[in-house]
Amino acid sequence: MTTLLKPPPALDERVGKRGMVSNLLGRPEIGALVGAIVLFIFFSIVAPVFLQANSFATVLYGSSTIGIMAVGVALLMIGGEFDLSAGVAVISSALTASLFSWYFSVNVWVGVGLALVVSLAIGFVNGWILMKTKLPSFIVTLATFLMLTGLNLALTRLIGGSVATPSIATMDGFASAQAVFANDFTIAGVDLKSPVFIWIILVAITSWLLLRTRVGNWIFAVGGDENAARAVGVPVKWTKIGLFMGVGFCGWVLGMHNLFAFDAVQSGEGIGNEFLYIIAAVIGGCLLTGGYGSAIGGAIGAFIFGMANKGIVYAQWNPDWFKFFLGLMLLLATIVNLIVKRRADSK
Amino acid sequence: MTANDMTSNETAKHAAGPTGTGPTIDQETLLQNETDPLTHTPVHLMELEGVGKHYGNIIALTEVTMAVDMGRVTCVLGDNGAGKSTLIKIIAGLHQHDEGTFKIMGQERKLTSPREALDSGIAAVYQDLAVVGLMPIWRNFFLGSEITTGRGPFRRLDVKAMKEITKNELADMGIDLRDVEQPIGQLSGGERQCVAIARAVHFGAKALILDEPTAALGVKQSGVVLRYILQARDRGLGVIFITHNPHHAFPVGDRFLLLKRGKSIGYYDKKDITLDELTAQMAGGAELAELAHELEALGSHGDLAQELEAEVAETAGQLPH
Repeated sequence: MTTLLKPPPALDERVGKRGMVSNLLGRPEIGALVGAIVLFIFFSIVAPVFLQANSFATVLYGSSTIGIMAVGVALLMIGGEFDLSAGVAVISSALTASLFSWYFSVNVWVGVGLALVVSLAIGFVNGWILMKTKLPSFIVTLATFLMLTGLNLALTRLIGGSVATPSIATMDGFASAQAVFANDFTIAGVDLKSPVFIWIILVAITSWLLLRTRVGNWIFAVGGDENAARAVGVPVKWTKIGLFMGVGFCGWVLGMHNLFAFDAVQSGEGIGNEFLYIIAAVIGGCLLTGGYGSAIGGAIGAFIFGMANKGIVYAQWNPDWFKFFLGLMLLLATIVNLIVKRRADSK
Repeated sequence: MTANDMTSNETAKHAAGPTGTGPTIDQETLLQNETDPLTHTPVHLMELEGVGKHYGNIIALTEVTMAVDMGRVTCVLGDNGAGKSTLIKIIAGLHQHDEGTFKIMGQERKLTSPREALDSGIAAVYQDLAVVGLMPIWRNFFLGSEITTGRGPFRRLDVKAMKEITKNELADMGIDLRDVEQPIGQLSGGERQCVAIARAVHFGAKALILDEPTAALGVKQSGVVLRYILQARDRGLGVIFITHNPHHAFPVGDRFLLLKRGKSIGYYDKKDITLDELTAQMAGGAELAELAHELEALGSHGDLAQELEAEVAETAGQLPH
């Protein structure tokens, strides 16, 4: 009884060599990657203009306006929750910055700062109500979605007197804020807008966060099994609230872009966009049930969205087809994800 | 003195000591360095005296007395609804007792959270095991207590070290796993149980609570888990093994607490009880006989009824009452 079990052999014969290909196939974003490549080749053939650098920059820009939000939403979905208020929260953030600066005639940066506080607060409230009531996030965020929609319309009319905010283009700080949130960079003759860079930086940071930090470990854990995570001492409540606040932060970034790309905001915008963010995350391999997915996947999902959106225009088709196309992409990408995942796991 | 101060030299000393299943461990040697800060007399690792708990007007547990020592296995036996869960919830810090005393290292305590229990060296391995199925083994192993390297915003997981430690710790427990990168959900129930035990041992648990670890397992897998219980004991841990199966409890246990309907119906040292007595106590001889008759009346389970009758006959004379 001194040694109860023999020590395991140094090399385990049960560990077969798993090839590079099958390792790659085990990644969550593989289905999206395949879809993106197929779509890219498809549009390159039917619309040769698609391959020009400037059109590609436009595609990237279109992708980034979804992609910035998809980063936050993908993380939230890995953490096992939904945020249906994400679409209108973007507009709420832009409205806050715009209306506050205009009404009090202060430097727009003050409004930008306040908008950040409001966006994070919306995320916090979503998360806090969720954790307090234990209601499904679908219900909680549906409620905040409706409330924010109403607030956006009502407060804008009450303060600004119209459905759109008054122009803030001539106010202090507008030019510098525009330089940050809605700038055009010309690199080698190609026009790139600042959201594209913000998007890429966000994806890089969140990927690192997700895979190489404690918080990342916790995000997977709270999405995979909340009770198990709690039992081993993971701060479940704060992880989830933090994820909602992360979505709030992304909403602030995109809201500021929307505001400074023009100089006014339509109060009724943003409705329905939350589904685009969720679609991007799901195409990118995030499981609806949580605990599985990647930030890069969400980015590829957003890129697919951007390609389909602009590609249809470049191919000179009727844009009416876009939604049909998007639905088809969603279905195909998720089926491919499922098949690939099963096959990779069984190897 | 807090339970954090439990000296680790006991662990080392004991690991080298005798490792038989019987009570070969000498209590005096075992506890010579563990003294109550005031009286300087040997104390138990954990001691419950007359502990009770009620939820509103429901009395879930009453008058429970038991002790846990390092390098010993205390078994808690009882049927469904006997109060086993309530008892471990009190020890693991999920609920607080409202009668009696609960001492850790001779100091009276009331644990208010699982975190506090963990900090006091008490780790619970629940039936659902608290593992996240989709995550790799090494991530599960270190979940909530990750090793990091770097400073400030560049603080990151030390993946290499964690994988290494996971592999070594599992090997030390005699657990032979294929690949620590595997999602833990792909392991068998017994293997997962073992990972959970190894995790508790690695993170400095002095006392290990195992909640029905063999309940969902087949015969062979149960045997494997029982061996890991002995491994943990031989590494100097105090183990609380909760089960409803006396055949699992008897071979590994040093002390046995029997619960029924929230009450203690017996607390024995191994030398004072046999497996048959334990079984008889558990089932209650009269109930067993009744069941045998019922089954016979049904007619369809002749073999089982005969077996039960044989058991009744065998144990009838051994019942203490």
